[in-house]
Amino acid sequence: MTHATLPWVERSPDFWSRIRLQAQALLLCGGGAMLVVAVFGIALLIQGRDDGVVFWFSVPAPIAFGALLPLAVGALIAGGLIRRGWLLSLIVGGHFIAAGIVNYLILEWLKFDAYVLGILLLLVFPALGCATLLTGFLAVTFYRVFALILPRAAPILFFGGVAALLIVVPWLHALLFEFIKGLMQSELGRNEAVTFFGGGLTIAELSSISPILADRWRFLAYLLWPLQFDVVRDIVCLGGVLGFINVIPLFTIWWERKVSGRIQSRLGPMRVGGWHGWAQSFADGIKLIFKEDFVPPQGDKALFRLAPYLTFVPAVCAFIALPFATLWAFRALDVALVFILAMLGIEVVGVIIAGWASNNKWSVYGSMREACQMVSYEIPMGMALLIPVMTAGTLSLTTIVDDAHFGQTGGFWTWMVFRNPFCFAAALVYFVASLASCKRAPFDLPESESELVAGFLTEYSGFRWCLFFFAEYAAMYVVCGLCTILFFGGWSSPLPAAWALTSDSLFGRAANGVLFSGPLWFVLKSGLLLYVQIWVRWTLPRIRIDQVLYACIQVMLPLTMVLLLGNTFWILLEQQGWGWFTALTGIVNWALAAFGVIVFVVCLYWIIHGYVNNRRLVGTLAIEHLPGA
Amino acid sequence: MFEAVMFYLFGGVALVSAIGCVASSNIVRVACWLLGALGGVAGLYFLNFANLLGAIQLIVYAGGTLLLIIFGIMLTSKSPWITYNPKRWEVVTAVCVGAALFAGTAIATLSAGLKPGEAPMTANATVKQIGTELLTSYLVPFEAASVLLLAVLIGAAYLARAEKR
Repeated sequence: MTHATLPWVERSPDFWSRIRLQAQALLLCGGGAMLVVAVFGIALLIQGRDDGVVFWFSVPAPIAFGALLPLAVGALIAGGLIRRGWLLSLIVGGHFIAAGIVNYLILEWLKFDAYVLGILLLLVFPALGCATLLTGFLAVTFYRVFALILPRAAPILFFGGVAALLIVVPWLHALLFEFIKGLMQSELGRNEAVTFFGGGLTIAELSSISPILADRWRFLAYLLWPLQFDVVRDIVCLGGVLGFINVIPLFTIWWERKVSGRIQSRLGPMRVGGWHGWAQSFADGIKLIFKEDFVPPQGDKALFRLAPYLTFVPAVCAFIALPFATLWAFRALDVALVFILAMLGIEVVGVIIAGWASNNKWSVYGSMREACQMVSYEIPMGMALLIPVMTAGTLSLTTIVDDAHFGQTGGFWTWMVFRNPFCFAAALVYFVASLASCKRAPFDLPESESELVAGFLTEYSGFRWCLFFFAEYAAMYVVCGLCTILFFGGWSSPLPAAWALTSDSLFGRAANGVLFSGPLWFVLKSGLLLYVQIWVRWTLPRIRIDQVLYACIQVMLPLTMVLLLGNTFWILLEQQGWGWFTALTGIVNWALAAFGVIVFVVCLYWIIHGYVNNRRLVGTLAIEHLPGA
Repeated sequence: MFEAVMFYLFGGVALVSAIGCVASSNIVRVACWLLGALGGVAGLYFLNFANLLGAIQLIVYAGGTLLLIIFGIMLTSKSPWITYNPKRWEVVTAVCVGAALFAGTAIATLSAGLKPGEAPMTANATVKQIGTELLTSYLVPFEAASVLLLAVLIGAAYLARAEKR
């Protein structure tokens, strides 16, 4: 067997010529857009406030350009000079015409300082259209180029790029947001609260801050003006949260399939996207969207349709209160923990309704099991979470990490899990209970494929099925995030925050950014816990429903009660300030921390060992032909 | 303006769900409508910065609704679709009790002297304050409620073990 017979290795002969054409088209489009921007910019700078020229540039010019562009491209196509692009020109031209009409309406009817706003709209409309198209082309072209040159880099670039976008854009926006607030307060001395929509500065006030904003660059004031309201920040943050929730299942499902494959001496997905089938989740998603949208005719149709949303929406809502770092929370609620638990509780109702509305015996069995499991495991889970809450004395997830006295920022030995033996045991109890609450193996009885077909999912297909999985993986992340925040120091790095470099140089800042960056550590730690959840799922067999309930009611519930009591006494003794007890606390703390480090190192050793030796179980044929096997 | 819009949204959800809860005869649907009504009320709590109350409302009543569904399915299921057709005297009793409750709440609310459009409480009801109040000013009702719950717990345990004897 040679490479040429394998379809995913073979390239068509004119592949490179197509790539070249696309690159040229990209350059042309990008250059054209830059040219348009430059012309308007220069016109503005030269003409200042001359309304006649502004009108000419804002209304007739874009309409004429928008009308002529498709004609010109059509003529070029008819003449045989270019082959495609008419649709593109139609879209871009349409944007220009729309922009011209909007500008006319603004200039003629609104009469308010339309000078810059019109120009802005003129730029914004075509820019949006071009940006959409360009991003698509850019993504495809870049992927093709990189998939050839660096097959391993493409998925990293993709996932990394998406993650970076999700993180960098809200971050930049937050910086700008803070900047403008500071500017408003320092320059104008206005300290009254900016409400959701109202309050804040008017454009005239804003442009009076500096002579630059008042004069030629007044459109900057228009750009800055909306940024002072909380609603803009919320919209940007919500975009970040939704994007994160969309990426997490796509990545984790692929990861889970790879890990399960390795655990079972298989390869897992290998084809889609090139390196290790990294695009498998995208392919699955596209397939699911096009599947038949089935609703059981004998079922409760309205509830059947409602159930996926009742599952998915709470999972998204849980992210509202889940902080990623000190200031990285959509809403830093004072009762964030209770709120998240409430959201996870509502999610279960969706699953149960799904099973019941399907009018299918397997589904009802699945949902009844889920109900029994959830009602029982909520109690040890909540009580295990109470232990760190009691130690720190707060329900706010930001305070529990960052608090000066009880916080977890002073190095890994101050993490809640190493505080005292009761917290250590509570972390384990919480992890087991969280597996049950996410319906993960060994507690995946609601789905149990081997006996219940697919449990509550039996009648679902297509996009609704997809929503259940999005909800499940989002909930997995939330549960791991809670575990990270409450027990494993949240976003604090394993080194004490006091060790941060004091140097203000670029290197110092970069090093601090990597070593002490909040969101980075948070995502890493919760990712590691996700990994452990995946291991457990593919290592342990599913237990029976009576074993599930026995483990909860006769083992975990009494255990958490003992832990709760023990922790209360430990805290009381600590507050007495006796010398012998302080010494004992120190010894126990260090012993637990050392134990944690040993466990971590052993796990790391086995991970690396498995990764290094992963080829032993893969056949020679696969090694020869599948990239990266 | 925003508060008003959200108030009418949540209030409308609570109201419509409550009507649906009364009007529906399918037990699981009743439970779903109930969830909507309780969720709408929780939304009103969040709107008034009573975060703890809202979250507790969701936790307690989502779990409660869950149990309602389980009992609806497990204990009353003889046909695939469980319907509930109340008798006439049940309807009359329910209307009387409901009217009395509504009158009581309405009189209490109106006599409290609240005016529409007043500024909402801003983060007055923190966890600490609620806890302090419960264990000082309202200790007796708090203890009475917990004794009641304990009695329910013991009763449930007795009923559950009764079959074995």
